[in-house]
Amino acid sequence: MTDAPDTSDATTAGTSENVGLFRKFLNSTELDTRLLGMFGALALIWLGFHFYGLIFKGFGAMLTPRNLWNLSVQTSSIGIMATGMVLVIVTRNIDLSVGALVGVTGMTMGILQVEVFPQYLGLGHPMIWVITAACGIMLGATIGAFHGWLIAYRGIPAFIVTLGGLLVWRGSAFLANNGKTISPVDSTFQLLGGGPYGTIGATGSWVVGIGTCIAIVAMLVLGRRKRRAHDFALRPMWGELTVGGLACGMVIGAVLLVNAYPWPKGIVKQFAAANDLIVPEEGLFISHGFAIPVLILLTVGILMTILVNRTRFGRNVFAIGGNPEAAALAGINVKWMTLKIFSLMGALAGLAAVVASARLNSATNALGLLDELYVIAAAVIGGTSLAGGVGTIYGAILGALVMQSLQSGMVLIGFDTSIQQIVVGSVLVFAVYLDNVYRKTAK
Amino acid sequence: MSNERTGTPLVEMRDISIAFGGIRAVDGVSLDLYPGEVVGLLGHNGAGKSTLIKCLSGAYQADSGEFYVDGEKAEIATPRDSRDLNIETIYQTLALADNLDAASNLFLGREITTPLGFLDDARMESETRKIMARLNPNFKKFKEPVSALSGGQRQSVAIARAVYFNARILIMDEPTAALGVHETEMVAALIKELKAQGLGIFLISHDTREMMDLCDRVAVMKNGQLIGNERVEDVTEDDILSMIIMGKNPKKAA
Repeated sequence: MTDAPDTSDATTAGTSENVGLFRKFLNSTELDTRLLGMFGALALIWLGFHFYGLIFKGFGAMLTPRNLWNLSVQTSSIGIMATGMVLVIVTRNIDLSVGALVGVTGMTMGILQVEVFPQYLGLGHPMIWVITAACGIMLGATIGAFHGWLIAYRGIPAFIVTLGGLLVWRGSAFLANNGKTISPVDSTFQLLGGGPYGTIGATGSWVVGIGTCIAIVAMLVLGRRKRRAHDFALRPMWGELTVGGLACGMVIGAVLLVNAYPWPKGIVKQFAAANDLIVPEEGLFISHGFAIPVLILLTVGILMTILVNRTRFGRNVFAIGGNPEAAALAGINVKWMTLKIFSLMGALAGLAAVVASARLNSATNALGLLDELYVIAAAVIGGTSLAGGVGTIYGAILGALVMQSLQSGMVLIGFDTSIQQIVVGSVLVFAVYLDNVYRKTAK
Repeated sequence: MSNERTGTPLVEMRDISIAFGGIRAVDGVSLDLYPGEVVGLLGHNGAGKSTLIKCLSGAYQADSGEFYVDGEKAEIATPRDSRDLNIETIYQTLALADNLDAASNLFLGREITTPLGFLDDARMESETRKIMARLNPNFKKFKEPVSALSGGQRQSVAIARAVYFNARILIMDEPTAALGVHETEMVAALIKELKAQGLGIFLISHDTREMMDLCDRVAVMKNGQLIGNERVEDVTEDDILSMIIMGKNPKKAA
């Protein structure tokens, strides 16, 4: 508390002599130390596994375009749900049922697109995937709303409702098709899960990347203009340039990365045959580019960030988390909000089920098994406080990436599943401990 | 000030009762408030002052009784109803979301949005800066969550919230309990200023002397019932104390 005036008071922060260079950098760029910490942890994990592989196995498989591309696809489904879990945890609730929701919505969508819709629309009809996905998301939202209603209007603790939901919906997923797996799914629907065809290619990736860079620059310019209009303190110009440069640099880097991962030979041959292309002797280099599920995750991330930071709904979510009583006294309908939050969580679980079942190219009743734990862990590692009131969307997505990186890194260097579990569990506990320490010293 | 008590009262509570599990926290209390008047509510802890006030602010729903605002019957079932009637409340607990900054707390539940429906944070912050410049010129921590503020600063955020939205009826539950001498004086000056603007104020406090100084009328409660409702000029501090302690109104006995 003693140094509070230094960090808080914008007018003294600039002039104060004893401000360290690093602090000055943080103040000028207004970068979150937690964000930097997450990137640091990620870099550590990536480099650690890469060099471990390099030294002990003679080959570093971690930092290859192929592995990082796979990592991005594997992160999608957990990441999508983690953004919703942030809202649930911020309002001091928990949702243990998301994995089971993935199972039941995935199974339902499998039945719908393979057995029901083709009867009416014809097999392979181009609209099947849209209707199927919409049904899955709506089913998730409905179940989530039902959970929310039990929690908010019937006063049953969220832990109990969703623990019950975990069992009920996992059982329902089994019953829905008597435990049989449905495969393959609709051919267009498949693309939503990634895979060589479920990507947007090199040109598409550049379009997305450059569009994102333009958006970043526009946001910085608009933000600066707005601050000036209200006479608020401006970031120094070099601070703006650093932030913009870093952000755009990362986007361009990601584009270069996904474009550096070519289609496997078999797929190229298939594609060439289908499009009457001649494959030259040395092979054709066709880039994957961004996978569709990754784009879905990024879109969800952006929309959820806007929802959380820029809308009344998001502000009220955080108010409820900070002080439920005060939120109610301020005229916020806490019960209705709780219902909506759980419904949103359910819808995101439905969307995650789209990605997960499309990626597997099948619907099984075990789809999403244990996902709830990874989703909660991702949100918590990303800085969401179980005490409520604190959490960020980008943190949760990064948290999901950290979890997935650990997991895939351990697979690459050949750790047993049992060791993987021990490591992931320990990391979760340690991350929360670090977070506590960080919070105490940051104050 | 006696001329101000003619006409319709700003707010009139008639025969308000509320019980919690058999305990009658407020028992048939009737009380009114006129424009430009400060009515002090006194009584021991648990006498029912805060509960009565929470019925008016919509935090609780009275079991029976009626509210009249400007002479018209008003339904107050939720805090929003109360706010819609221009009744603003400063709660004893301050009712701040500790994880949010001053501007977010000030506009909690009434956020300013852009034409597209997004939060207009810049405008909310600039409005907050304006009102804080008036209420507490030393206030600088606009970007911090209010958990990082001192008791007095938190109080000024809660007061700013009530004052900003052009309240006509202001309820202040122990507004000076957490404050130092200087800040208490600022609150007293603010109460006088708001009173001069024609607001009606219900003030709850334990400080009898402060109440004698600030209020036009004092109402004393004990065990959920209204014991006395007297103009300050007509009673002594001892009279008030005996009402609080004995539950008897010496004026009525005489």
